[in-house]
Amino acid sequence: MTDVQDHLLSILVRDEPRVLTRITALFGRRGYNIKSLSVGSTEHPGVSRMTIVVSGDRGVVEQAIRQLEKLHDVVRIIDHSLEKYVDRELVLVKVAITPESRVEVRQIAEDFRSRIVDVGRHALTFEVTGDEGKITAFIEQMRPFGILETMRTGRIALTRGSNADIPAHVYHEGETQALQPTLEVQPREERARHVPNLF
Amino acid sequence: MADNGKQHAPHRGDMTGAKALWATLANHGISTVFGYPGGAIMPVYDALTFYPEVRHVLTRHEQGAAHAAEGWAKATGEIGVCMATSGPGATNLVTGLADAMLDSVPLLAITGNVASHLMGTDAFQEADITGITLPITKHNYVVRDVEDLPRIVAEAIRIARSGRPGPVLVDIPKDIQLAAFHGEIPSPHARPEAPAPSPESIERALDLLRSAKKPVIMAGGGSLDASAEITALAHAWDIPVITTLMGLGAFPSSDPLWLGMPGMHGSVAANRAISEADVLLGIGLRFDDRVTGRVSGFAPNAAIIHVELDAAEIGKIIRTHVPVRGDARQAALLLAEGAQPSPRPEWTAQIQEWKGRTVTPETYGAGYAVKAVVDRLRPDDILSSDVGQHQMLAAQLARFEKPRRWINSGGLGTMGFGLPAAIGAGMAEPRVRSVVIAGDGGFQMTAQELATLKMYDVRNVKICIINNSFLGMVRQWQELFHEKRYSEVWLGDSNPDFIKLADAYDVPGYRATTAEELPAAIDAWLSDPKSALLEVVVPHEHGVFPMVPAGAALYEMIETEPVKSPDLSAQMQDAAEEASEA
Repeated sequence: MTDVQDHLLSILVRDEPRVLTRITALFGRRGYNIKSLSVGSTEHPGVSRMTIVVSGDRGVVEQAIRQLEKLHDVVRIIDHSLEKYVDRELVLVKVAITPESRVEVRQIAEDFRSRIVDVGRHALTFEVTGDEGKITAFIEQMRPFGILETMRTGRIALTRGSNADIPAHVYHEGETQALQPTLEVQPREERARHVPNLF
Repeated sequence: MADNGKQHAPHRGDMTGAKALWATLANHGISTVFGYPGGAIMPVYDALTFYPEVRHVLTRHEQGAAHAAEGWAKATGEIGVCMATSGPGATNLVTGLADAMLDSVPLLAITGNVASHLMGTDAFQEADITGITLPITKHNYVVRDVEDLPRIVAEAIRIARSGRPGPVLVDIPKDIQLAAFHGEIPSPHARPEAPAPSPESIERALDLLRSAKKPVIMAGGGSLDASAEITALAHAWDIPVITTLMGLGAFPSSDPLWLGMPGMHGSVAANRAISEADVLLGIGLRFDDRVTGRVSGFAPNAAIIHVELDAAEIGKIIRTHVPVRGDARQAALLLAEGAQPSPRPEWTAQIQEWKGRTVTPETYGAGYAVKAVVDRLRPDDILSSDVGQHQMLAAQLARFEKPRRWINSGGLGTMGFGLPAAIGAGMAEPRVRSVVIAGDGGFQMTAQELATLKMYDVRNVKICIINNSFLGMVRQWQELFHEKRYSEVWLGDSNPDFIKLADAYDVPGYRATTAEELPAAIDAWLSDPKSALLEVVVPHEHGVFPMVPAGAALYEMIETEPVKSPDLSAQMQDAAEEASEA
C-alpha cells in the first residue's frame, strides 16, 4: 500500500435502525480502517450525518465510497479531500497539577484559547476545539505535566462556502460520482511482454 | 413481471398484515413461494389459504426453499421468493441468501419473528436475522408498523430486481402479521432503466478496440440478458469470446468465436487468450479470483475495458484502463455500432490452434460420464449442477446455445445447491427438462428435497449423481497439494444405496457402472415420464483438468492430468477396516 493518508468523508444517511451498524460493518468486512467516527442529526428530519476519517491510499478510499454508495440507506457521500472544508474536533483533557505548575498550565491553556471546564485539587480539565494540529499541539504541551485522561469526539467537517451539503430533495436517487479513467493506456509496443512460455 | 392489470379487492374479510403481505405479493405477479412454516409465521400461513392464486411449495428444509427460489430466479430472470419462520427457520435461509448475494440473484426472503415486545429478550425461537444477514443481503428490513408492511415489501422487490440484482430480506414480527391493516396495497414499481454508459467511455473503448491486434471479450453473469448484443458485437469486430462460469450461455457455444470458460478449470484456449491478449473487454463480471488466478499474472499485456453496472466492481480486483459504467446491453450495442472490422489472421489462427487442445475424456470416469449426459441434452434443457468436480466437468463439457440454461452456485460454491435449484427451475419452466448433475457428497446435503418432487408430482427433474465415493474436489487438492494425505474425504463405505433412497420417495432410479451400461441407462433415465435419478458409479481417482493451481497465474495452468496414484479404493477400504478392527 503506497501513499497512505487520512481521508475525511461526510456520509449522509437515512435515520433508520441499524444504519450505523451497516456502515461500520461494511468498513469492517472490507478491511477499511476507521480512524475516527462521529454521528449526529442534521437540520433535515430523517437524515443523519456521519464524519468518518478513513486511512488508506486513493484506491482504497474510492472503493470504500463506491461500496458505501450501494447501501440503500446512504443518501450522499462527500469526499472532503476534493474541495475546501472546515473541520473541528472537541477534546477534553484532564491534566495533573501541583501548586508549582498550576500557573504555567493555566497560561498554556490560555495560549490555546482553551476553557477550563472542571477544577480539582490535583487536576484541571480543559476543553479544546480545533483542527487536528492544534489538538495534538495542546496535548504535547500538556504531556510533561501529566495527562490523566483524554476524550476526543472525533472529527466533524462541513464544506466551505454557501452550498449546503444536503441537496434540497434528500431522498433523490442521485447518480454516483462519474468514473474517470484511472490509468493511462500505454501504446501497445510499450506494454511489457511478461508471459513466460509455460504452456 | 407479468402486469396483467389484475388488482386485488382491498379486503378479503378483515385485512391483517399477513393478508396484506399476500395481496402485495400477488399484485407483484409472484406466483410461487418456496417455504416452510413455523410458530412465528403462522398468521402468514393462515392467510395463505385466502390467496389460492399464489402457490406455496413446501420444501423439506429452509435451505432447500432458498435454493429453489434461486433456481427459479436464475432460470427466468425474475425474482424468486422464499419464506421461513423465526430463529432456526430464518438461519436456515442464510446459506441461500449468501449464495444469491454472490451470484447477484434477485431474491425476496420473508421471515416471521417473535412479537415486537419480545424482540431483544432472547425469546423462544428468536434470532436477530436482520443483524445476521446484514452483510449477505442487498438490504433488509424489520417491519415495525403494519401500515408500512406492503410498502416495504414492494420496495424490497424493487431493490432486489434493480441495478445489480440481489437478495433482500423482510422480517415481520408476529404481532404485525396479526395487526389490522387499513392502507392501500401497492402496485409494482416500474423497473428503473439501467444507466446508459457515457458516450466518452464508449469512445475510449472504441479507440482501444480499433488499435487492438489481439483482442478478446470476456462475458460474465451480468451479460446473460445481453446475449444477442454481445453476439452481434463479437461478429462485428471478429473478436473471440470467453464466457465465465456464470456467463455460460451468454454466447453460443457452437459459434467458432467461442473459446470456453476461463480460470481455474478453464479451457486452454480461454486462459491462453487472456494471457496473450492486448485488449480485454470484460462485460458484466467481477474478476473473481477463480477467474483471474494470481492477479499480477492476469492478462499481463492487456489494456482492460470493463463494462459493469456496479461501480464498486470496477477497479476492485483488476486495474481498469477504460471503465464503462452502465447497462451491458446498451454498451454492447454501442460498441457493435462503432465496429471497424480489421482482419487479424494471425490471432484467429492462434486461437484455432489453442481450441484444438480441448481435452475430451476418453476413458470411463467422471468426465466421461458427464460428457455422455450433457451430449444428450436438448438446447432448451436447463442444466443445473451441485458443487465439486462434476460441476467443473459440466461447465467444461456442456454446450449452451442460449442464456439461463445453466444454473449453478458460482460465487459461494454451495454444496447441496443442485437438487433444490433444479426443482425451482423445473417448476418455473415445467415444459422443459430440468437436469441436475450432482456428486455423491453434495447430493446428500439436500437429498431430503426428493420429497418435494414427490409431493408436487414434479415430472421434469432429472437427477444424475456422479458417484466416485469421494469428496472428489477436496481429494484432488489433497492429491496435488497435500502429498496425497486423503483426510476425511472417503464416503464410499457410508454412502446410501442411491437407487433405494430414490425409491423411498417414489422416484425411479437407474444405475450405470461401466461405459457399456451408460448409454442405455441415460436413455431410460431421460425418457422416464417421471422425474428420475441416475447414479453413475465411476472410478475414484479421476481429477478435473486443465487446472490452474490456487495462487498461480493462468499461464501456469496444468493442461492434463498427472500420472495417477495406485488404486485408492483399496487403500481407503483397508484403512476403514483397520479403523473398525482397532
